[in-house]
Amino acid sequence: MAASRPSTLLRNLNAKIAAIPMILTALVVFTGGTIWTVAYSFTKSGLLPRWNFVGLDQYERLWGSRRWMVSIENLFIYGACMLVFSFVIGFILAALMDQKIRFENTFRTIILYPFALSFIVTGLVWQWLLNPDLGIASVIRAMGWESFDFDPLYNAQIAIYGVLIAGLWQGTGLIMVLMLAGLRGIDQDIWKASRVDGIPAWKTYIFIIIPMMRPIFITTLVIVASGIVKVYDLIVAQTGGGPGIATEMPAKYVYDYMFGGQNLGQGFAASTMMLLAVLIVVIPWAMLEFGGKKRG
Amino acid sequence: MANPATLNTAAASIDAVGGMLDGPQGPKPRKRFTRNNIIIYGTLIVVALYYLLPLYVMVVTSLKGMPEIRMGNIFAPPVEITFEPWVKAWSEACTGLNCDGLSRGFWNSVQITVPSVVLSIAIASVNGYALANWRFKGADLFFAILIFGAFIPYQVMLYPLVIILRELGLYGSLTGLVIVHSIFGMPILTLLFRNYFTSLPEELFKAARVDGAGFWQIYFQIMLPMSLPIFVVAMILQVTGIWNDFLFGVIYTKPDLYPMTVQLNNIVNSVQGVKEYNVNMAATLLTGLVPLIIYFVSGKLFVRGIAAGAVKG
Repeated sequence: MAASRPSTLLRNLNAKIAAIPMILTALVVFTGGTIWTVAYSFTKSGLLPRWNFVGLDQYERLWGSRRWMVSIENLFIYGACMLVFSFVIGFILAALMDQKIRFENTFRTIILYPFALSFIVTGLVWQWLLNPDLGIASVIRAMGWESFDFDPLYNAQIAIYGVLIAGLWQGTGLIMVLMLAGLRGIDQDIWKASRVDGIPAWKTYIFIIIPMMRPIFITTLVIVASGIVKVYDLIVAQTGGGPGIATEMPAKYVYDYMFGGQNLGQGFAASTMMLLAVLIVVIPWAMLEFGGKKRG
Repeated sequence: MANPATLNTAAASIDAVGGMLDGPQGPKPRKRFTRNNIIIYGTLIVVALYYLLPLYVMVVTSLKGMPEIRMGNIFAPPVEITFEPWVKAWSEACTGLNCDGLSRGFWNSVQITVPSVVLSIAIASVNGYALANWRFKGADLFFAILIFGAFIPYQVMLYPLVIILRELGLYGSLTGLVIVHSIFGMPILTLLFRNYFTSLPEELFKAARVDGAGFWQIYFQIMLPMSLPIFVVAMILQVTGIWNDFLFGVIYTKPDLYPMTVQLNNIVNSVQGVKEYNVNMAATLLTGLVPLIIYFVSGKLFVRGIAAGAVKG
C-alpha cells in the first residue's frame, strides 16, 4: 500500500513548489508581518525594534497626540466626502453612459484617464491648479469676481477639500466604469417591464436597479474604502500635510514616525489602528460575501 | 471577470442588432435633438472638459516661459512656445541632492518596473495555474489569506519587510524593491490568473493529463499559448501600478535609486530656489507619460484589468 502510493507530501509536488512564493507571502509577510507589527506596537521601540513591553503606552500617546486626532478627523472628512461624491457622480455618469449614446468609448476614455496617473502626478497638477496667486482662483478674479477667494493650499480650514477635489478627479472614473459594468449586467427586460408600467426612469433606477446592483456597490465600496484608508502619496505631493498639520493623514503619520521620527513604537501603534479600521470594513463584508458559500 | 466581458459583448450585440435593422424596414429614426439628448450630451461634454482641463493646463504651462506664467492666466495657450522647460526637467532639474534632472529617475523606474513586472507575472501565473488545475490540500486557505492580505494596509507590513530585506542583504537595492513589488502584486494577479485558468475548458487539461503531460509541460505548451490576452491585461495592470508607486520606492531604495515618482516629488516640492512652474509641469507630464501612453493604447484591456481587480471571481 505504502509502496504503491507516494507519501501525501510528495503528491502533486510541482504544484506545491509553484505555490511556495504564495505560501511564503501569505504566511511570512502577510500573517507574520502583521502579527509582528501588532506585537511590537506594545513596546517602547525607538530607533530600532526592541522587545521592552510597555502595554498600551504607545496607544495612549497616539490618542493624546493632536496630530493623530487631526489625521483621523481628516480621514473621516475626506473618506465620507470621497465616498458620497464619487459614488453619486460615478453612478450618474454611468447611467448617462448607459443611454446607448454615441462616442461612449471617447467619453469613458476621457473620464477614466486620471485613474491611470499616479497620486503624485495628481497631487502636483492640482497643487498648480489651486495655486492662489497664479491658478484657477486668479483667473476667476481676473474675470471680474474680485473678491473670489478659494485657496485650499494656504487656508487650513478648507485645505482638506483641496485634496478631496484632486482625489475625486482621480478616482471617480473607476467607480463610473464599475457601475457601468453593473448596469450592463442588468436584464433589459426589467427596463421594458418598468416602461410598460409607466414608471419614470429615475424611479426605476432608485427603487429597482440600484437594489439589484447591491453586490457591485458593496464590492466597489470595500475597494474604495480600503484605498481611502491608505491615502498617502496624494497628501505628500499636494500639500505635504500642510498648511501646518491641516491635511495630515494616518498613513503619513505612520510613515513619518517609522522612517522619519525614529519612533517605531508610535508608527506600529498607528498602523495597528489603521489595520483595525480596515478590518471593521472588510470582515463584515467577507462574512456576507463568503460566509454562506464553501468556496472562497 | 464576467462583468467587463459582458460589458463588451453587450455593446457588440447592440451593434449587431443595429446592423440588421438597416434599411427602409427599420423603425422611424429618432429625432437627434430631443430634450433628453441635450441634457445627456451636454452633461457628458461638460464633465469631459472638466476632466481634460488639468491635462490641458499641464501641457500649456510646460510650454510657456516663466515671465509669461507670472503675467497671465493658466488657461491661456502659450504665446511663444518653448521646449526649454522639458529639456530642463529631463536633464537639469535639481532635487536638492543632485541636478541631473528626471532622466535618472526615469531609468531607475525602467530598471524597477521591467523585472518587477516579469517576476510578479511569472510567479502569479504559475500560482494561479496551480490553484486552478492542481489543487492541493491547504491551497484554498493560503489563497484566502493572500486575498485578505490585499486589504490589509501596507503600513503594518512595511517594517517587517525592512527587516526581512535587511537580513537578506537586499535593503536599499533594486532587487529588494522588485521583490516587494512582486509580493504586493501577488494577490490581485493570482486572482486574475486563477479565475482565467478556471474558465478554460477542463477537458483540455484532462486530455493532456491522459497523454502523460506533467505540470510544467501543460503550463508551457497548453495554458500559456491560450492565455495571451490575460497576460497582456496583467502586464498593463502591473506596469502602471509599479510605475506609479511612490511609497515602496521611497522606503526600500536609496536616493540614487529612487524611482521617477519620488524624484518628481523631490524636484517639485523642493524648497530651495525659485519655483519654476513650467519645469515642474513638464516633469509631471514626463512622469505621467508612460502610464498615459499605456492607457490610451490599451483602451479596453485597461478597463478589463481594473474591473478584473475589482470584481471578485
